[in-house]
Amino acid sequence: MKSDITKVTTHINANEALIFERSQPGRVGYRLPALDVDEQPIGAIVPQQFLRDDDLEGVPEVSEVDVIRHFVRMSTWNYSIDQGMYPLGSCTMKYNSRLNEKVARIPGFAGLHPLSEAEDSQGALQVIYELQEDLAEITGLPGISLQPAAGAHGEMTGVMIIRAFIDARDGEGGSAKRRTMLIPDSAHGTNPASAHLSGFSVKTIRSTAEGLTDLDHLRELCSGGDVAGLMLTNPNTLGLFERNIQEICRIVHDAGGLVYMDGANMNALVGIARPGDMGVDVIHLNLHKTFSTPHGGGGPGCGPCCCTKELEPFLPLPRIVKTDDQFKLDFSYPQSIGRVKAFLGNYGMMLRALAYIQTHGNDGLREATEAAVLNARYIAHGLTSDYEKPFQAPPMHEVVFTDKRQTRKGVHTLDIAKRLIDYGFHPMTIYFPLIVQGAMLIEPTESVGRQELDQFIEAMHAIAREAQEDPDLVINAPHDTRIGRLDEAAAARKPVLRWKPKQVATTA
Amino acid sequence: MLHHVGLNSAEELFDSIPKDLRLTRNLNTTPALSEIELLAGFEQLATRNPGARRISFLGAGAYQHYIPTIVDHIISRSEFFTAYTPYQPEIAQGTLQAIFEFQTLVCQLTGMEVANASMYDGSTALAEAVLMAERVTRRSKVIACGAIHPEYLEVITTYVQHAGIDLLHAPADTETGQTSGAADLLDDKTAAIVVQSPNFFGCIEDVAALAEKAHAVGALLIVTVTEAMSLALLRSPGACGADIVVAEGQSFGVPLSFGGPYVGLFATRERYARQIPGRLVGEAYDKEGRRGFVLTLATREQHIRREKATSNICTNEGLIALATTVYLETMGRRGLQEAATQCAQKTAYAAKRISELPGFSVPFTGPRFNEFVVRAPGDARQLLARLASERNITGGLPLSRYFPERPNEFLVCVTEINSRAQIDALVDGLAS
Repeated sequence: MKSDITKVTTHINANEALIFERSQPGRVGYRLPALDVDEQPIGAIVPQQFLRDDDLEGVPEVSEVDVIRHFVRMSTWNYSIDQGMYPLGSCTMKYNSRLNEKVARIPGFAGLHPLSEAEDSQGALQVIYELQEDLAEITGLPGISLQPAAGAHGEMTGVMIIRAFIDARDGEGGSAKRRTMLIPDSAHGTNPASAHLSGFSVKTIRSTAEGLTDLDHLRELCSGGDVAGLMLTNPNTLGLFERNIQEICRIVHDAGGLVYMDGANMNALVGIARPGDMGVDVIHLNLHKTFSTPHGGGGPGCGPCCCTKELEPFLPLPRIVKTDDQFKLDFSYPQSIGRVKAFLGNYGMMLRALAYIQTHGNDGLREATEAAVLNARYIAHGLTSDYEKPFQAPPMHEVVFTDKRQTRKGVHTLDIAKRLIDYGFHPMTIYFPLIVQGAMLIEPTESVGRQELDQFIEAMHAIAREAQEDPDLVINAPHDTRIGRLDEAAAARKPVLRWKPKQVATTA
Repeated sequence: MLHHVGLNSAEELFDSIPKDLRLTRNLNTTPALSEIELLAGFEQLATRNPGARRISFLGAGAYQHYIPTIVDHIISRSEFFTAYTPYQPEIAQGTLQAIFEFQTLVCQLTGMEVANASMYDGSTALAEAVLMAERVTRRSKVIACGAIHPEYLEVITTYVQHAGIDLLHAPADTETGQTSGAADLLDDKTAAIVVQSPNFFGCIEDVAALAEKAHAVGALLIVTVTEAMSLALLRSPGACGADIVVAEGQSFGVPLSFGGPYVGLFATRERYARQIPGRLVGEAYDKEGRRGFVLTLATREQHIRREKATSNICTNEGLIALATTVYLETMGRRGLQEAATQCAQKTAYAAKRISELPGFSVPFTGPRFNEFVVRAPGDARQLLARLASERNITGGLPLSRYFPERPNEFLVCVTEINSRAQIDALVDGLAS
């Protein structure tokens, strides 16, 4: 009987077809005004050899209602912050205020062309300038560029600044001997990838059993005279504050290197402590983490680069400066690393971040940090009885656990993460940092209340119990999603990266 | 809660931070504002951007096009805009399927075989394409055709400065505005020719001829497009023989927003799929045989390959890629063709009328899509400032912004947004 049913539409509990599979010849979902100039044969404007001859075959033909239903159905298949806690460690998934969205859509900003003359865009430039000032105050680092488009882009910018500084300081011969970037074994993968883009080779620093940078190993690596710098995340990706940060900076500086701080975990520090006061030379921020600009299913981000006065001449161009109450673009920095992106950066994210800073106020920014750290501490406290906590120090804004106790029954981190989906939560970050076997990195942020934290802890308790009593239940999770675990290995072996019409697909 | 975790004060949460590093004062940022105050403040700032309210003929890498209302509606659904990168496919199929459709649309428009899940923008996509060409060919010389967007050239220069890549420039012909001399620089050490079409001066390049010359010495052809709308009318770079195609996708449903966020499109041949930078979404199946989508070929990426990754990119432009996808599907096959044709027709009309004005000329003879250079009888910056103040029209981009040796020239862009009345007003303003 079931097989005889043809559903009129796909319900929200069923999969949605690709738009290409819905396309109907001749169907349209747009209307433009009629052409109001005298039409010429198109071949008289553009020679035939330069014109498209495939009639845009394959591009869908659908109505507006088709498009709306298509995306609304697909959207019901996404987990999002607005549905609940999103405890991805090192991702800082906090609430995205609707007010900030409204600010970014004010026509005087949204309709402004990036190549407008400075006198036609004073308000927009003032926003950039004010955000620069606020971020300088928050980080304790006065030189700011908002041009980088994301965290990794800001990292690349910061490392290139280190390279440019050393090239200028040591001259070509001296600089050529300094090509080593030190990176802890707990770092994000973007750190070594960004270092490589600036022509550095990477040496890895060990972490101690406590989960902190191994100072002896750092001293040893710094003794060779080849160190250009250190890239450090603080609090580190184990959620621990590097309490020896001043000593770490001193060791690197004494060895002639500079200290780069990955600001991915800045949500633990805003209003409490400033990287500039710790001895850090350059840092990037993720406005899409700490300053709540929405992550959008994978961007856009914005990755401001903040540095000391000494490094300021090397920041990307143009700089946004204020002279006599006028805001302008300043290109007069010959030592700059150059431009890292067309125009001025992801401006819409700057508007949202400034709105975040202004609605929180200086005391609200600190309170948010306190709540974020307290929430992580609460989870750390709540899960210790059931899960292995590899580092004993109290965590800052995120905490790492492992699957060590569950693996005895054949239940691994991936299974626990998938089972959390059945309980209505988005999983935590898994298998990162790489140095912790079976890592589960949990960052609740300040945007969850005690009740939801308790629900999360209760769900994790229940999963721990299930892992003991009915491990298969966990291993085969999730059970109530619209699709089961997908065969990722098969997908990578023979990748299908685009839709093709049926007859083409069979011959490809 | 503090007591529950064994603490007496919020201060104790930060005991692991040395005392002398802790701020003992409030940050010197503004006190908290209410919604009413905040909006009033930003509205006030917005009034100081008169550029946003004018009739505009400004393009040069960022374009005003019609944006169907539903684009912003769909990307404002919190299921899309408050989601993270789709690491857990069982609860992220909405995002993943949208990206799969995005990749398909990018392939269709560029005429290529594979496309990634997006780059930051057109300029950084181009820089990544140059780095990829070096990886693929293991050669170090790259020839950039002269009429590439000057800011894109600056970005490439920044990206390659430590990569051991030798970046050469081939000039644009002073009569046609098209590239000349790129072939003379080619040799067996050349990794790629980079060409923009339509180029910065609005001229359509002979991409097929360049591809043939590049391939003859084993080099790749990288095509970059700043005005993606042109893809709907012009022969696709893929059909012309391009090996890597990058584009700025802003024309497809993304507001100008003072320069970002935009979205970089990146497409190439199937044989180079494992050399692509950034994220890729692929088809996958569960145990029941149900189709779904996952992030795939992750071994190229920084979180696994670290310093040997094909790129350092992590967060890309997911939501803007979604906007582009909604735009392309709403306009569809016929809407894209109609919008692109209107751009070309209106531009031809505007160029003809301006070239007939006494003292004005349209110097480059190469075929054009929706931008062209105008040579004025006097200083272009002054002329455009007068147009703005007297007629409330932004007439274009003074080329002296990038080329001080061209004080009298400016770049005009006409799209389907510009009515005949607006074009006529521009012409009248220039004539007066």
